[in-house]
Amino acid sequence: MTEKELKPKAKEEVPAKGERVRPGRVFLPAVDIFETPEALTLVADMPGVPNDKVILDIKDNHLIISGEIIPPMAAGETMLNQEYYTGDFQREFHLGAIIDQARIEATMKDGVLRLLLPKAEKAKPRKIEVKVG
Amino acid sequence: MPIFTFREPGWSPLQEMERLQRRMGRLFEETFGPGLALWRPGVYPLVNISEDHDYLYVRAELPGINPQELEITVHEGNLILRGERKIPAEEKTINYHRRERESGYFRRVVGLPTPVNPDKVEASYKDGILTVKLGKPEEIKPRVIKVQSS
Repeated sequence: MTEKELKPKAKEEVPAKGERVRPGRVFLPAVDIFETPEALTLVADMPGVPNDKVILDIKDNHLIISGEIIPPMAAGETMLNQEYYTGDFQREFHLGAIIDQARIEATMKDGVLRLLLPKAEKAKPRKIEVKVG
Repeated sequence: MPIFTFREPGWSPLQEMERLQRRMGRLFEETFGPGLALWRPGVYPLVNISEDHDYLYVRAELPGINPQELEITVHEGNLILRGERKIPAEEKTINYHRRERESGYFRRVVGLPTPVNPDKVEASYKDGILTVKLGKPEEIKPRVIKVQSS
């Protein structure tokens, strides 16, 4: 694999739906989603979100991930030059498979959320034999 | 009159460019309101610079990197950030639905808006945010001047 230089990207804001109680911006985290026959894995970049401020909400096959950041600037600091905005993260997904909610595993490290969503038995793919009649 | 003079000590064209671009950004912001005109240098990572009485703070969002592999240098009024964001390969058996997270290396020069004391620089990494705290030299710290009445 050739070395690649990272390019900066502006964070994408969540399209406004309802009004939020907590003020501030909300961004869409960049995600990787991949699938094996047994599980879906979701990896999301949520810089600034501490481990205990991630909220997962799953109803049937609808998943909402959100994370609240700690304001990065301490009291008494003034901004001199701003290149990026800070704010909470939120993103919604419709999962293609039925998830076994009891076996969901979530880990958060260095601002990266990793979510393992095991598929429920009935959602696992089955090979269908074509009968030659 | 020449546009640029190279005689001034400590003059760096890089810094001068950054300053000019920042001023342009501010002009935009004043004209069109905040939100539309963040100055983006086109180099990763984006940084926010803030200050308090004693320190300058340079912050960057670098989720999921190994802080041991970050190279942070202060040189002649510039802060240089170099490193690599690695995304470990997943098993071969997987199929991707989405792949938005990016990996790669970066090297960024940030022109510092004030002089700093190179002996008083600390860097910390928490929840995917890098914070570089740079101490200001005594002579540039704001001082309260009392008016003497006779």
